[in-house]
Amino acid sequence: MEALLEPIASLFGAAWPAVWTLAKIVAIIAPLMIAVAYLTYFERKIIGYMQVRIGPNRVGPLGLLQPIADGVKLLLKEVLVPSATSKGLFILGPILAIAPSLAAWAVVPFWDGGVLADVDAGLLFILAITSLEVYGVIIAGWASNSKYPFLGTMRAAAQMVSYELAMGFALICVLMISASLNLSEIVRVQGQGQFADMGLGFLSWNWLPLFPMFVVYLISGIAETNRAPFDVVEGESEIVAGHMVEYSGMTFALFFLAEYANMWLVSILTSILFLGGWLSPVGFLPDGFHWLAIKTSMVVLMFLWARATFPRFRYDHIMRLGWKVFLPVTLFWVLVVAVWIMSPLSIWN
Amino acid sequence: MNFVVPDFAPAVTELFVAGMSLVILLLTVFMRESARNIGYVLTQLTLIVAALLTIFTMDGQVRVTLSDMYVDDLMGDVLKILICFSVITALIYGRGYAADRGFDRPEYHLLALFSTLGMMVMVTANHFLSLYIGLEMLSLSLYGLVAFDRDSARSTEAAMKYFILGALASGLLLYGMSMVYGATGNLSLSGVAQAIYNQAAVYDGVSSKTVLMFGLVFIVAGLAFKLGVVPFHMWVPDVYHGAPTSVTLMIGTAPKLAAFAMAMRLLVGGLFDLAEHWQTMLMLMAVGSLVLGNIAAIAQTNLKRMLAYSGISHMGFLLLGLLSGVVEGDRFNALNAYTSSMFYAIAYVVMSLASFGIIILLSRSGFEAENIDDLKGLNKRSSWFAAMMMIIMFSMAGIPFFIGFFAKLSVLQSLVAADMVWLAVLAVMMSLVGAFYYLRVVKVMYFDEPVDTAPIHAASDIRVLLSANCLAIAFLGLLPQQLIDLCQLALVASFQG
Amino acid sequence: MEFKTFVFYLLATVMVFAALRVVTVRNPVHAALFLVLTFFNAAGIWLLLQAEFLAIVLVMVYVGAVMVLFLFVVMMLDINIDRLREGFWSYLPVGAVVGVIMLAEMVLVLSGPYFGLDAMPEPPAAQAGYSNTRELGRVLYTEYVYPFELASLVLLVAMVAAVALTLRKRTGSRHLDPAQQIAVKRADRIALVSMPAEKE
Repeated sequence: MEALLEPIASLFGAAWPAVWTLAKIVAIIAPLMIAVAYLTYFERKIIGYMQVRIGPNRVGPLGLLQPIADGVKLLLKEVLVPSATSKGLFILGPILAIAPSLAAWAVVPFWDGGVLADVDAGLLFILAITSLEVYGVIIAGWASNSKYPFLGTMRAAAQMVSYELAMGFALICVLMISASLNLSEIVRVQGQGQFADMGLGFLSWNWLPLFPMFVVYLISGIAETNRAPFDVVEGESEIVAGHMVEYSGMTFALFFLAEYANMWLVSILTSILFLGGWLSPVGFLPDGFHWLAIKTSMVVLMFLWARATFPRFRYDHIMRLGWKVFLPVTLFWVLVVAVWIMSPLSIWN
Repeated sequence: MNFVVPDFAPAVTELFVAGMSLVILLLTVFMRESARNIGYVLTQLTLIVAALLTIFTMDGQVRVTLSDMYVDDLMGDVLKILICFSVITALIYGRGYAADRGFDRPEYHLLALFSTLGMMVMVTANHFLSLYIGLEMLSLSLYGLVAFDRDSARSTEAAMKYFILGALASGLLLYGMSMVYGATGNLSLSGVAQAIYNQAAVYDGVSSKTVLMFGLVFIVAGLAFKLGVVPFHMWVPDVYHGAPTSVTLMIGTAPKLAAFAMAMRLLVGGLFDLAEHWQTMLMLMAVGSLVLGNIAAIAQTNLKRMLAYSGISHMGFLLLGLLSGVVEGDRFNALNAYTSSMFYAIAYVVMSLASFGIIILLSRSGFEAENIDDLKGLNKRSSWFAAMMMIIMFSMAGIPFFIGFFAKLSVLQSLVAADMVWLAVLAVMMSLVGAFYYLRVVKVMYFDEPVDTAPIHAASDIRVLLSANCLAIAFLGLLPQQLIDLCQLALVASFQG
Repeated sequence: MEFKTFVFYLLATVMVFAALRVVTVRNPVHAALFLVLTFFNAAGIWLLLQAEFLAIVLVMVYVGAVMVLFLFVVMMLDINIDRLREGFWSYLPVGAVVGVIMLAEMVLVLSGPYFGLDAMPEPPAAQAGYSNTRELGRVLYTEYVYPFELASLVLLVAMVAAVALTLRKRTGSRHLDPAQQIAVKRADRIALVSMPAEKE
């Protein structure tokens, strides 16, 4: 690999590190964008089947070109900026929505060593970046200067801050047993243990000892991405589309991309933190990226499944779940894990 | 990692109060409305046990623990006990008042308990961090308490003013501390003192003094705000006036002891080698407080405001004691000066408790006896409490032989000993001005016809305690020497001269 | 210029600019957003100092939570800036004098030799495997445990005070408790009264 890249590296001279990093970024973003586009197709098909419909089947074979057609349509549409808006912020909103959901991928390890930036505080970085996602919604909703977007904004601000806490505590449990904030390290730690030695790696992953946290994280993840049944931020039937009401064309598409990129992000993080990342579930199969891809797809499938199954939560129920159920549970579990680690029963030595 | 688990024994009082406050918080959450009296009872019990704990663990040794953040010494113990008793008294006085106005909720007592904890932490701090955090705990509880009667616009306004100015003062204090840290590389008070001493020896006293001085100015400013002296006094009248009287009672008493302790820890414990500099600053502030406090008090018709301005002038007196300690680098007068200051603080707290106690006693549901006119003809309504109020006013004015007189006297003595005669003369003159408005209250009580003829009805515990409090003012005035000796002993044991 | 120095100046410039805009913009929401930008740049500068934990926590706590709630409140307020600015010009001279004096003093002190590179030499580079987060956690729970725990109590006090000041039962609200409605039994609503049959 190094030898192969040598002639290209010499071509760029001193600028090579920058170019190489850029290439890596493209190598992450481009597949991600394709994954995002096909997630919309996947979603419509899955929900279609669950509701005994066919789903998109007109554009291309099996409707496979549907996402492309949608993309082209959105690109060609006019970007409207209503006259009563706060212009700069109106444009800034969608940008701020998509930027964090892409930036977070910098620290995501795809396979052992396959990570753009292998920083020590990766988990903290993720927490910090994901906590910024709410700004896109807030700014968009406020800048639109219109009632429904504003209501959406209010809901988003309260909801995302509430669930971030539970999410943060769940992650604290993970980092306590991993003794590291580095995502690759967190995955490696999951590959050790009694069950892993017996060839049953999937029982060594974090989901089992941290099962309550796993559930909390998964549900909070749905809430953080504003997906059904926590989609009161958009709530078509209540406030039309929340913060996105006034947006059209590409600006709208950016919100859409951000939402689906976030779904992928939360899913891949769930896989990394609780489901052993790139590790193989059983000893006789090799580790590798394909495992991560499979796990992530399964988690995404759960997202869609939840959307097709549950009715939307009422807003006060969402708040109650976040503050009165998840927060105490996670706090208590942090305590339990802390005692567990220090006790002779600890399985993480 | 060579971390040794610290010795928690010296800090047992603070740990107890902190633990109990959490217990009370949880208990009152799950109590039914009717059983919520338990919050008050438990708070009082906690304070009493805390005082007893301190008394029984008290000895003359200085113990530093918790990574140099906590110091257990005699001055701290004495002040902690006094703070506990002061808060107990304030809570007893204020209870009926709070109940009449419907804010007698458990949180009210809980915040009082937290403020006590904050004061204790301040009093025993040996580190900028613990000092600051104690101060914040005290201030936050007090902000909350001032606004507690939330339907009163005046209280809310007072709380806002207090909060904003208090936050500013905390900022100043922190900024000063960070500068001192920059100059000395130390946050522990003893460490700072040592570093300044070393630097003075090495660089012949000119080294990073500019930075130190810069920090000192900010620290003194923050301190002055908490004491409420000119020119950082603006909040005092408004907050005293606006807060519910039972809260004013809490603000005007125990925190003054804590502020005194903070001044001692910071200025004498940490920055003693800069004494000549901070003394000048204190002098300016003391003169300003004496003049402004006494003159502005004359113009007041509201008793609470009048007491606020008189409080400013009293704090000026307290500063006079602090600033007369070091004379041109000589420390012969330090012990006397600081003793007089501590004695003054204690005397003021005793008098202040009683004076606000009288206001509460005369108030009743739907009526605030806060104007001087409301005292008219008090003699005809209750000659006993008129006599009590007379004792308080005489003592505050510094008329012999009440405790206030001896407090003023000891400060003046130390001023004269430090060759600051002109300051002593000024202080005496301003006290004479002050005597005017104190005596006016007495005149109103005895020679005017009562406007309000409703009988005084108050719980018997308040009557007894208030009478005891006032008699203590008179009694301590007969035997001031014991208290002065106690202060002196505490300071000797804590600062080794 | 070294790349790091360039980044520092870039961040510092944006930070100072944003901080100035916080106090000069007319719209409070814009001011809050500029404050977010200020925090962000401050976090960047901390990152340059290799204090990654502080930097990320600043973003997480202040930008991600505190400012969101702050915006939440500010957006709901209808603040008339022009009315707030009344009297601005009359306060300006005093404010300007105090400000200039403070600035001059600070420049004099801070530009002196006390905070130069000689007085504050660069700390030795951290060894490999050094984790800023781990070290901070270690001192926080050992050496600084007393102020740390007290600080948590201070936050509790703030919480208790805030709840005590804002939580109260509204009287006259027409709120219905669904649980109560569902729990209603037949016997609660219907009373069967046996009456003798009436003859016409």
